[in-house]
Amino acid sequence: MNVNYMYSLIAVIVLFLIAYVGVAALHLQVVFGILIPYLAFAVFIGGFIYKMLDWGRSPVPFPIATTGGQQKSLPWFKPAKLDNPTTKAGVIGRMALEILVFRSLFRNTKFEKKEGDKLSYEWEKWLWLFAIAFHWSFAVVILRHLRFFTDPVLFPVQMLESMDSFFQVGLPVVFMSGIVLLAATFALFARRVYIPQMRYISLGADYFPLFLIGGIAISGILMRYFAKTDIVSVKEITMGLVTFRPTIAEGVDPIFYVHIFLVSILLAYFPFSKLMHLGGIFFSPTRNLRTNTRAFRHINPWNHPVKVHTYAAYEDEFREKMVEVGLPVEKMPEPPQEEPEEEKKE
Amino acid sequence: MPKNKKELYNKKGVIAGIVIFAFIAALPFLINLGKAAPAPELVLTSKAKEAKECVRSKEFIKREHMQLLDEWRDTVVRDAKRIYVNPQGKEFNMSLSNTCLDCHSNKTDFCDRCHDYASVSPYCWDCHIDNPKEMKR
Repeated sequence: MNVNYMYSLIAVIVLFLIAYVGVAALHLQVVFGILIPYLAFAVFIGGFIYKMLDWGRSPVPFPIATTGGQQKSLPWFKPAKLDNPTTKAGVIGRMALEILVFRSLFRNTKFEKKEGDKLSYEWEKWLWLFAIAFHWSFAVVILRHLRFFTDPVLFPVQMLESMDSFFQVGLPVVFMSGIVLLAATFALFARRVYIPQMRYISLGADYFPLFLIGGIAISGILMRYFAKTDIVSVKEITMGLVTFRPTIAEGVDPIFYVHIFLVSILLAYFPFSKLMHLGGIFFSPTRNLRTNTRAFRHINPWNHPVKVHTYAAYEDEFREKMVEVGLPVEKMPEPPQEEPEEEKKE
Repeated sequence: MPKNKKELYNKKGVIAGIVIFAFIAALPFLINLGKAAPAPELVLTSKAKEAKECVRSKEFIKREHMQLLDEWRDTVVRDAKRIYVNPQGKEFNMSLSNTCLDCHSNKTDFCDRCHDYASVSPYCWDCHIDNPKEMKR
């Protein structure tokens, strides 16, 4: 038994029960369906912007862009323009690769001893696979949910839905993204538990978001395929939220309030947790700096403004005295009698 | 600690990022600005009103009509059984066009209202598209 994931699991189960009991027994629909979602959204927006400003105010003392290929050098060396970008366009390309297809995770290799003491690097793409399945399915799930927040539903959202339910399994049709999201969440959790090194470095803050997102996925799947919550009433509530005319429709299953409560928790938790890598990726100096360290000098913004006294200024100040004692000077003082003539020449 | 912590580095980029983030986050609100989206109201035909009770209770139909139709389709197509007996012992012909749409002959004012509101596009209508009863009306 691992304390870190047990506590996280228990926390999510307790949250689940709070919402369920709160609605089913105490009839706090207004609290779980209106107040908490608004509050959580405000915390999300405020926290996200606060974090961005905070990171924006943090200086980058050194150019620490990671180099994933040949740096731009002499003309006959072919530079890796995206993995070692020296231009702004290259950086944008690198960021796009990183954000959309997780370039750096794809580069992952496993380093281990084989055949006795022989060290070897091995192809290892599992993390990349789980991560990309997780993030993309989550993105699709979130975009799909726009059907609850727009009326009439936007065409791209409808198109996404029809692609997501392409196989037309069952009725209501199965959305692939939901299943993939839950499976990927489980795979990411299993990875942390199964690999000893991963288990050793995993903390509650690593497990909690996984369980929370898993809980959201499970409650959503329960709602759609099993409890079959009245979707029209659900949309009345969600449309009420986005049009600032909050209402509580009758006859909505408590599982809906569990779902929206867990999402609220996720939103409020988001800016203050590891999940903030959504914003943080854009502030990563290892990714967003150019690898032009040989061509340009990176000035450390930390540098305290130092009052300098250059040698030229020093000599100007003490030239006559230096000459008097016979010290060598770079610029000989003009003989005083020739001074007017000198001025004319200039 | 740096003394100039107040300074915002790469001001343009950070402000642009914040604006983009705020815009995306506010999008669901912006789309609906000043609009109310009331839940759709269904129109029952006089025939449906007369019948009072659907094949099953209203609550059941509201939740499970899609699964009931799915079962009906499979039973009819695979087992060639066409008679459905509901818990009250009443018999029905398992047919979307001839049973459901017989009473609810107003697809646009009945089926489509909720389906459109919830953005559900059932592939039932892929085949049952020319509803003869609605054409007549």
